[in-house]
Amino acid sequence: MDNLLELNDICCRYEQSNVVDGLTLHMAPGSLSCLLGPSGCGKTTALRAIAGFQPLCGGAIRLAGDLVSASDFSLPPEKRGLGMVFQDYALFPHLTVADNIGFGLGMDRRRPARTGRIATLLELVGLTGYGRRYPHELSGGQQQRVALARALAPEPRLLLLDEPFSNLDVDLRERLASDVRAILKHEGIAAVFVTHDQHEAFVMGEQIGVMNGGRLRQWDSAFNLYHEPADRFVADFVGQGRFLHGRLVEPEVVETPLGRIIGNRAYNWPKGCGVEVLLRPDDVLIDGDSEFRGRVVGRAFRGAETLYTLQMEQGG
Amino acid sequence: MKRLIQTLMLITATTLAAPVVSAEQIVVYSARNEHLIKPVFDRYTQKTGVEIKYITDKEGPLLARLKAEGANTPADMLITVDAGNLWHAAQEGVLAPLESETLLANIPAHLRDPQKRWFGLSVRARTIVYSSERVNPGELSSYEDLADPKWRKRLCLRTSKKVYNQSLVAMMMERLGKEQAEEVVRGWVANLAVPPFSNDTKAMEAVLAGQCDVTIVNTYYFGRMQSKDPAIKLALYWPNQADSGVHVNVSGAGITRHAKHKQAAIDLLEWLSSTTAQEMFAGLNMEYPVNPEVETAPQVQAWGDFKGDDTNIAKAGELQTEAVMLMDRAGYR
Amino acid sequence: MRQVIDQGGTGSSRRSFCARQGWRLAALGIAAIVAAPLLLVFSGWLQPEGEVWRHLADTILGGLIVNTLLLLAGVGIGVLLLGVGLAWLTTLCEFPGRRFFEWALMLPLAVPAYVFAFVVLGVFDFSGPVQTFMREAFGADSGLPNVRSTGGVITVLVLVLYPYVYMLTRSAFLTQGRGTLEAARILGLGPWGAFFRVALPMARPAIVAGVSLALMETLADFGTVAVFNYDTFTTAIYKAWFGFFNLQAASQLASLLLLFVALGLIGESRLRGRARYHETSRTSQPARQPLPGYRAWLATATASLVFSFAFLLPLVQLLIWAWSVLAEDMDGRYLGLLGHTLMLGAIAALLTVSGALLLGLVRRRHPDRLTGSMVRVATLGYALPGSVLAVGVMLTFTGLDNFLNLLSRLIYGTSPGQILGGSLFALLMAYLVRFLAVAFGPIEGGLNRIRPSLAEAARTLGATPYQVLRRVYLPLLRPGLLTALLLVLVDVMKEMPATLLLRPFGWDTLAVRIYEMTSEGEWERAALPSVTLVLLGLLPVLLLVRRSGYGHSRGRKA
Repeated sequence: MDNLLELNDICCRYEQSNVVDGLTLHMAPGSLSCLLGPSGCGKTTALRAIAGFQPLCGGAIRLAGDLVSASDFSLPPEKRGLGMVFQDYALFPHLTVADNIGFGLGMDRRRPARTGRIATLLELVGLTGYGRRYPHELSGGQQQRVALARALAPEPRLLLLDEPFSNLDVDLRERLASDVRAILKHEGIAAVFVTHDQHEAFVMGEQIGVMNGGRLRQWDSAFNLYHEPADRFVADFVGQGRFLHGRLVEPEVVETPLGRIIGNRAYNWPKGCGVEVLLRPDDVLIDGDSEFRGRVVGRAFRGAETLYTLQMEQGG
Repeated sequence: MKRLIQTLMLITATTLAAPVVSAEQIVVYSARNEHLIKPVFDRYTQKTGVEIKYITDKEGPLLARLKAEGANTPADMLITVDAGNLWHAAQEGVLAPLESETLLANIPAHLRDPQKRWFGLSVRARTIVYSSERVNPGELSSYEDLADPKWRKRLCLRTSKKVYNQSLVAMMMERLGKEQAEEVVRGWVANLAVPPFSNDTKAMEAVLAGQCDVTIVNTYYFGRMQSKDPAIKLALYWPNQADSGVHVNVSGAGITRHAKHKQAAIDLLEWLSSTTAQEMFAGLNMEYPVNPEVETAPQVQAWGDFKGDDTNIAKAGELQTEAVMLMDRAGYR
Repeated sequence: MRQVIDQGGTGSSRRSFCARQGWRLAALGIAAIVAAPLLLVFSGWLQPEGEVWRHLADTILGGLIVNTLLLLAGVGIGVLLLGVGLAWLTTLCEFPGRRFFEWALMLPLAVPAYVFAFVVLGVFDFSGPVQTFMREAFGADSGLPNVRSTGGVITVLVLVLYPYVYMLTRSAFLTQGRGTLEAARILGLGPWGAFFRVALPMARPAIVAGVSLALMETLADFGTVAVFNYDTFTTAIYKAWFGFFNLQAASQLASLLLLFVALGLIGESRLRGRARYHETSRTSQPARQPLPGYRAWLATATASLVFSFAFLLPLVQLLIWAWSVLAEDMDGRYLGLLGHTLMLGAIAALLTVSGALLLGLVRRRHPDRLTGSMVRVATLGYALPGSVLAVGVMLTFTGLDNFLNLLSRLIYGTSPGQILGGSLFALLMAYLVRFLAVAFGPIEGGLNRIRPSLAEAARTLGATPYQVLRRVYLPLLRPGLLTALLLVLVDVMKEMPATLLLRPFGWDTLAVRIYEMTSEGEWERAALPSVTLVLLGLLPVLLLVRRSGYGHSRGRKA
């Protein structure tokens, strides 16, 4: 009962095919979760199901223990007490910034409480003084902040963000992501957000769900996703890396073309079975005395680091 | 359930329904236009206190409505501007036969339904109009004669889609037989100077402007042009005086089978055939009264007397469909 | 806890079902109201009318079909060239008088086609003043073309109908913004290339909507072609009905007309395929190309010519005629005609636009086949000749009346007589059936420009569907709604056959008066109500004009 949000085995159908299939996840109050996956993996559909825009063909969604969606029932979105930030911001072009933010407050326009709340939110998102402008008079980043302020205004118990930063340039994206995270933490609001960008996910998400083909592949912390991917897809999708063919020789030892690798845990698979070993760039150290020689075939300069792609002489 | 229906009916009845017709009213569906009936109706209301409600439209839609409404129709009387549509209304069974000595006495037999379901109220003569500059009246003789090659490129006609021409041809079929009537119509078409016009006035204007020399129109259209310009270079000619006479049609009326104010409507109809009303009814449009007792208006009298066709006008309705088909075959648009 | 959830659950479930399906049911209701008269028209086939068909096929049908196709082709090409060309000139080019013509070119919308037809005939026919003058001045052969010809009818219809295409295309050009055209120029297209390969295809839905309105009106037209005695397919319909007293055969012919239109509409949407025409980003004022030298004056001359012929000429001629009968015809009843015309127009416009809005919203919420076909059926009424449609509506309501009477006789033992037939309600329904298509176009266009996420955003902020409508859709749709309201208002005021047949006693309108006078060939006396109708129609068109700058002039507020 302590979970704020529960998705139990939900499935969503669109034109005869399951876009979300058997998705289960639980979220604690105040936590920040992220659904990460390539486009078309069903993450946005799952988010829209939580919001109440997407009917379920199976399973159930509960908010703070109350059933909000099932295959034969859907609580209308406006009754769910959620906030949502849309990919295109969906700001009302006919309303000023202040009226956009005040849209969900549903109070008399002149009530001081309303104006006070709007002012607070404008300040929170750093747009004090912009209240009388119209959305099209703002930059993309500013529009994004307005959208966030608007979603936060009615004090939702859960905020949903659909690719909130995808329309922004990289620099702005990272700054805004950490700003948003700070705001959410400051306000103590739980959030689910959807992205295809792992950096965003890593910045924002305390718990990250990696999705593919409508299914949840792994639900874990960023660290674990990176270092302990549950399957090959997650390993591939999150972070850089290469797979090495190997053979299990001991429960914790794998024989690879790069020699024996001794892991930090034991596997109970039969000895001698073929395995694949994920090698992250940061797992490799340069050692001039090493017996392994590689040829640099690619180089990507990333400022603080440089990523080299090596061709091993052993043909690995 | 019953309550619900009751309430629903009450609501529809009070908010949307047509106003309920009271006893002191007569409801008329009229194909004769408002300005040609309203003054007469106003006079009647003044005289008797009976209110007359009416809607005007073309015969076809009015008749369709009368038929569809069936027993629920509010209409007591149907007025048309030709006999064909009255005949058809009677065929469809929406008109009731009347026993009225007054009507039989006031209206000549050939201008009313032999079965007494409808009665002519004014006579409309369809005759020849010619250019007094370019035509010697001695050249003219009959409708059939206009098919003679001597009129090549000299004839103008109104469209065959107008019921007046359909009646004219129907009566010609009755008189000459189908084949000969078709020959005549073919002759007309061959003589046309320009394609048919949409109305009589335009046809006369074409004669006036010199596009052609003769045309066939209802006299009151000529009367209207003459009123505007007394020196107009057009003249009327009464054809077929040696034989059948000028083609006449009627504007007439019948009482509906499901009339809610039948007696009141019969009273009105009888009054319309009386000398006082006839003068006004026909006079408003320079038509001829059906009641032989009544004098025509001075301007109309000035056109001279003529012998009219005394075949029963019901024939025009009976043969209308065939007449239209004949004209289609002959290429008369 | 469990109990609470269940109660809340079922309650909300029912509500949400109603919210979702109720709208759809309402749309279904509207489609049914439109479909009933159409079905009655098709039911004409239940009774075979072989003889009439054989006769028509043997004699005139072939010619009528050729005439109709000629007319469609001519009017189609004409309104396309004139409507799109003028829209392009006034939105994307700069020439002397552009500001004036931008709105003045919409004014012909206020002139009823049948009125324009008799004015043209009165002025330009052989016996009219122009040809008479030419004959007197230059001898027997004036050298002017005969107006009572295919070309004459086409010209008249084009001049009356081009504003539909002009208006819709113009607003499409305005909302395209500068971006796409500039992108096309960067990609190496000249101004002409950019126009033909980008601006025109992007405006295609608007152009198609305008042209199909014009073509449907052409197909359904009887008044205009009758003035010219030009026989089209509708002539056969009326011939079967009035000449042969055969409403069945007339219905059968009319149903063929409908089928033809339906096929055309389906064909067009197939051709359009899956391409999407949402405008991309916020609108910006299109950059107008100043036309160089003589070309600018050529543009001015063209626009002036169209404006004078389509608007000034009928207005002036009607005023002259009206002046001559003013003393005779101007009386107290005239105010009554005016009042009825305005009242019917206003009520019908509100009703029809509400219906169209409902259809648009339902289609947006349920983009499935069923809804799509409902909408398609609901917008077919425009293609039916007015009288046939009027009879269809009349039959629907008298049928309902007969049923209610039967019911009442069974329950109470008495029958109340006429209930819906002859009521204002029946007439308003007829207007709804006929003009739903007119209202639907601009509303659908407006809806297409509203991103779906806006409604969703409002929902997550706690707005109920009704509040979404009131607080998001209605304000954003305002220009489209206004356009729809005014178009329907003008059309209803001009409407003749349904008004004639279905008006309650005493509800005479200006159009009724025009009918009464023209049917007696009294053009001059028809001029007063006609010119009043034109001036009345002018008010909404002017209002529309002031608003239709929306795309670029509302800047801050939009």
